[in-house]
Amino acid sequence: MASEQFVVLAPEGHKPLTRLADYREAGGFESLAKARQMEPAQVVQEILDSGLRGRGGAFFPTGRKASFLAKGTGKPTYLVVNADESEPGTFKDREIMFTVPHRLIEGCLITAHAIECERVFIYIRGEYLAEFEVLREALEEVHAAKLLGGVTIVLHRGAGAYICGEETALLESLEGKRGQPRTKPPFPAVAGLYASPSLINNVETITTVPKIIELGAKEYAKIGVPPDSSGTRVFSLSGNVVNGGNYELPMGVTLRELIYDPELGGGIPNGRRLKAVIPGGSSVPVLTADQVDVSLDATSMAEAGSMLGSGAIIVIDDRCCMVQLGLRVAQFYMHESCGKCTPCREGTRWMVQILDAIEEGTASQGDLDLLLDVCDRILGKCLCPLGDAAAMPVASYVDKFRAEFQDHLDSGCPMHGESSLEDVLAPVDQHTHDPVARVPA
Amino acid sequence: MSTLYEEIQEIRKLYPVSRSATLPALRLAQERHGWLSPEAFREVADALDETPAYCMAVASFYDMYHLKPVGKHLVEVCTNISCALVGAQQVLEAFESKLGVRAGETTEDGEVTLRTVECAGGCGWATVVAVDHRYREPVRAQDVPAIVEELLRGE
Repeated sequence: MASEQFVVLAPEGHKPLTRLADYREAGGFESLAKARQMEPAQVVQEILDSGLRGRGGAFFPTGRKASFLAKGTGKPTYLVVNADESEPGTFKDREIMFTVPHRLIEGCLITAHAIECERVFIYIRGEYLAEFEVLREALEEVHAAKLLGGVTIVLHRGAGAYICGEETALLESLEGKRGQPRTKPPFPAVAGLYASPSLINNVETITTVPKIIELGAKEYAKIGVPPDSSGTRVFSLSGNVVNGGNYELPMGVTLRELIYDPELGGGIPNGRRLKAVIPGGSSVPVLTADQVDVSLDATSMAEAGSMLGSGAIIVIDDRCCMVQLGLRVAQFYMHESCGKCTPCREGTRWMVQILDAIEEGTASQGDLDLLLDVCDRILGKCLCPLGDAAAMPVASYVDKFRAEFQDHLDSGCPMHGESSLEDVLAPVDQHTHDPVARVPA
Repeated sequence: MSTLYEEIQEIRKLYPVSRSATLPALRLAQERHGWLSPEAFREVADALDETPAYCMAVASFYDMYHLKPVGKHLVEVCTNISCALVGAQQVLEAFESKLGVRAGETTEDGEVTLRTVECAGGCGWATVVAVDHRYREPVRAQDVPAIVEELLRGE
């Protein structure tokens, strides 16, 4: 039986750690003191040796990313924390900020020491108001306790744009511009925020750092599935499952355990049958019901043809029409495309139109090939992976549920209006976000 | 109470490059005016040493800025996958019927704007509804009348 292991989150049943005194009582800020006794390069080495990889979705080795930072440029180095969590299905960073805000701040201060930076920006998603307030209060406490050690941490709120989770778009947004991704190179490690060397890390990644310093890299690296998937992940479980929520588990637990263990997901409600699982946020290829014995680690997921992404697991039961699912996913990415690169801007729109025709029963046989062709023409052809995030999952739905797509072409939606996603209204038509108000101006 | 201009100057000081204050300045102006009116854009531009056109160009990129007037209260229903799988559409329809408006519209008396939003980040506790930016989760269709009545009583 799988059980939770707490590196990032506060253990269940533990008293809340939102007050500095309680956090310190639980050993908080001891890692910071320890790290400050170490040479900066030594701290980077620890993070490198721990095997920690980015928890935002890309899974890039965190220590290596830090080691890329340009030195001796005469410009300040910035640490930017990506708290713009918006990948559909993901709600882990929110819980981290809401329940262990000081651990995030401690992680920031340790990392700031490691990369010799004096200014940290936390870019927090605009919708997360309660989380922002908790974090602001925690920061005031840390400031009053004189723990900042000369480092300034600025909380910067976004204003509603999925694309700002992409690191260069986030930097543009933080600089006060439209959040459109930049051409790379130069990479942010050389010319990031204000054209200065910048390190951008996800909330969960940064919040893991105190534990690495506490345990030491070698001990931390033993958790999970070393060497490529060391540590825990905070899995966000949602969809057609009894106990939705966040579960922090060592990597290597199986998807079946997470979904069916009575202490974890608790199975599929209402006596329904499992149809599919999206294992890493809406942008990753889908898994079928017979693939749930896959281990939740990077290598196993790659072998299964998908990825862990942001750790968001969406469980889908047999009432869901896969064409409607594809349509809803494509609508989201069409809405969130920043419009900079043609394949993404136009391609996501084409995908929506074709999927709509398939669902409506007006598509021809050639349209299915056209859909896959459009996906293929988006993949890898844009500045950022947003277009890929639409193309990859939709192509996987066609691949794994081909018969269902074919049924739509032959005789219309086999769900006959009973799909769980029937008539779901996407906000795409509000892209100009101006509700048709009849209020006098 | 300090003026919008003064508050924006304070925000500018937080950043090495003051243009970074654009998003927070727009947010503040929206809070003061209820929406980003031409006057609000002029005030923000003046305080930031930018042009109103620049501020508009930035604001129009982001979902949370209102470029047209909205109701006194904002009800936002997430209809992304996780919420939709467990009945977001039924929750939305309950709001539509209780408020007498469709998604994207404002009630006749200017009290409430109802809209759908993309993933709000509460997927495990679906359906997520944000009422004046405060999350309610999980919301089911039968919870909707009480939420609306509470809102209209001004609680």
